Amino acid sequence: MNYTFQFGEILANSDLLLRGLKLTILLFAIAFSGALVCGLFIGLARGSALRVPNLIATAYIEIFRNTPVLVQLIWFYYALPALSGWQPSAFTAAALGLFLNTSAYCAEIWRAGLQSLPAGQWEAGRAIGMSEWQLLRRVAVPQAFSRMVPAFTNRGVELAKMTSIASTITVQELMYEAKMLSTQTFLPLETFTIVAVIYFVLIYPGTLAAYALERRLNSKGA
Amino acid sequence: MQYVWDFRPVWLNFGVLLEGLVNTLKLSGFSIGLGLAIGLVLAMGRLAPSRIVSIPATAIIEFYRNTPPLVHFFWYFYGLPILTGISLTPFAAAAAALSVQSGAFFAEVFRGGIISVDRGQWEAGRAIGMSHVQLMRRIILPQAFRRMIPPLMERSFELVKTTSLAATLTYGELVYKAMVLATQTYRPMEIYSTVAVMFFTVLFVASLGMRAVEHRLARRAAR
Amino acid sequence: MVDVTSASVPPVLAPPVLAVEGLHKSFGSNEVLKGIDLKVAAGERIAILGSSGSGKSTLLRCINFMETPSAGRIALDGTSIGVEGRGGAITARSGELRRLRTRVGMIFQQFNLFPHMTVLENVMEGPVTVKGMNRKEARATAQDYLKRVGLSDKAEQYPQRLSGGQQQRVAIARALAMEPEILLFDEPTSSLDPELVGEVLDVILGLSKEGRTMLLVTHELGFAYHFATRVLFLHEGRIHEQGTPDEVLKNPREERTQAFLRRFSAFHF
Repeated sequence: MNYTFQFGEILANSDLLLRGLKLTILLFAIAFSGALVCGLFIGLARGSALRVPNLIATAYIEIFRNTPVLVQLIWFYYALPALSGWQPSAFTAAALGLFLNTSAYCAEIWRAGLQSLPAGQWEAGRAIGMSEWQLLRRVAVPQAFSRMVPAFTNRGVELAKMTSIASTITVQELMYEAKMLSTQTFLPLETFTIVAVIYFVLIYPGTLAAYALERRLNSKGA
Repeated sequence: MQYVWDFRPVWLNFGVLLEGLVNTLKLSGFSIGLGLAIGLVLAMGRLAPSRIVSIPATAIIEFYRNTPPLVHFFWYFYGLPILTGISLTPFAAAAAALSVQSGAFFAEVFRGGIISVDRGQWEAGRAIGMSHVQLMRRIILPQAFRRMIPPLMERSFELVKTTSLAATLTYGELVYKAMVLATQTYRPMEIYSTVAVMFFTVLFVASLGMRAVEHRLARRAAR
Repeated sequence: MVDVTSASVPPVLAPPVLAVEGLHKSFGSNEVLKGIDLKVAAGERIAILGSSGSGKSTLLRCINFMETPSAGRIALDGTSIGVEGRGGAITARSGELRRLRTRVGMIFQQFNLFPHMTVLENVMEGPVTVKGMNRKEARATAQDYLKRVGLSDKAEQYPQRLSGGQQQRVAIARALAMEPEILLFDEPTSSLDPELVGEVLDVILGLSKEGRTMLLVTHELGFAYHFATRVLFLHEGRIHEQGTPDEVLKNPREERTQAFLRRFSAFHF
């Protein structure tokens, strides 16, 4: 085995990869920020004692967690237009699919986080006349959120990895540009190695942050 | 717009989809088995007292956990043959990528289970003169194993979902078969919805099974 | 201890600020309250005694709807809370409940301070968020109440840094800051170490001199004697005996009450 790596040629095309990277980050930012907020409301419905919202939220979460995200993206891009007559762009379909998928996972994090709050905290808020919304905003979320940050960070890491699947429905993000580049240069080994490293550099700090936050939280609890 | 559902293409070609599902499960089963073996080796490596062993093991685990599986699929299918001169079939490339990738996750489950065993157990083993390997095999792993089962199963479900990426290597699993059918029949809605239902059924039933196992384990632990 | 019983208002002359009629509460098939009738006049201080499971905490928690009554009526100043729904249970709109709770303060056994807020912020929270008071005014009020419970110097601390007794005093200040007409104390000293009980009881005794209307569930019989204008003894979900502290605690008529009092061997006034 005496293969000579030719990384130089790939790096010469770094503007292509950079363009893809921008779209990857945009996709991530839209899906993640949306999912954090949307997840709260689905999580509230999931934890609610009201039958109908509970049922809908449970079904939503189970459907998105028990099907591959690739199928979800394909469904939004190729199947949904046949039904609705609305053809989303590849980017819109991917952003929508990733956002809805991550919302389902975030909902479970919210629900677990809010349920971990001692019952006395809800009672204390109610006893001074707070509304449910005020309770959530002033008492529950500020306390539970810090405990949920590691889980959310992990979710962010998963989402960042998932964005690469958008390439399969022709979203021109990092993975898509890499595929193009590998066929143009006939250097798949170098291309995919470099792209793997780019993803790693992008994602690993998130994992490290989650580790650190968890450690700090554990030592605080002790 | 009133959409007219037509599931005939699905029923007529259901055999094709089933074949895809069987291939999905084949790829899953193979990768879970190999992934568990790789995971155990990586975990032992990461926990090994020698840094020459633990540092590379940690690096592999962290790298695979923090990069998209799709990159690995492509790397194994398009890149690896250039390096080794041996070209892999789509199945082999997908299985290799999945095994190593999920092996990294399995390794963390193993490690978590192992380090959760009380310190006193390690000390007691050492006090009667056990070697590291003896200690692992006789004392630590038997105790940690029960705790590892639920996360290992959960990780396996993740793997089943990830097998769908093998479609991008033209391996004939469920999603690939569906894509072919969709272009032949012009019925993407019905076909992809059916595929989603098939995945959902398999995974949901499996996760119900997992909850039952978890329940059983919890009960046994309480006894 | 200070004798405050002489400052009591004769219950019969004042109109009831709180009326409880035919109150029932069940948890599943377990009926905890089996018909409670109680009229509380302004300025009355009522100590509620009873063994565990007698329903005394549930009674208190039904008054501010921490628990929804299964049947019966709760009225504040003659106005009923909620409407009787199907099967006798009361349904109240959330807005009405919030108004009720601004008028009826509660102090919990476990304090339930908000751990992510400083002591001062804990006390300001109700006036600012619920009453919409501006922060400056709320801060001054909160400082006032902290002074009343003797904790001015702890205003900027977080609750975790305080002793249990101090935390409970903050909880009292938090309830007072809403300027409620009625205060409910749910075993306020039960989770405190013995040496910290006194400081909390002193604060509560201080409040009784202001002629506040208070209901207190407690196991501290000696304190109940000095604190209360009326003592209720609950047994199996009913008011078994009631009267002045002297009547109920020193000369109980009912056998159950006598048995209950005998169990507290260390009990002396």
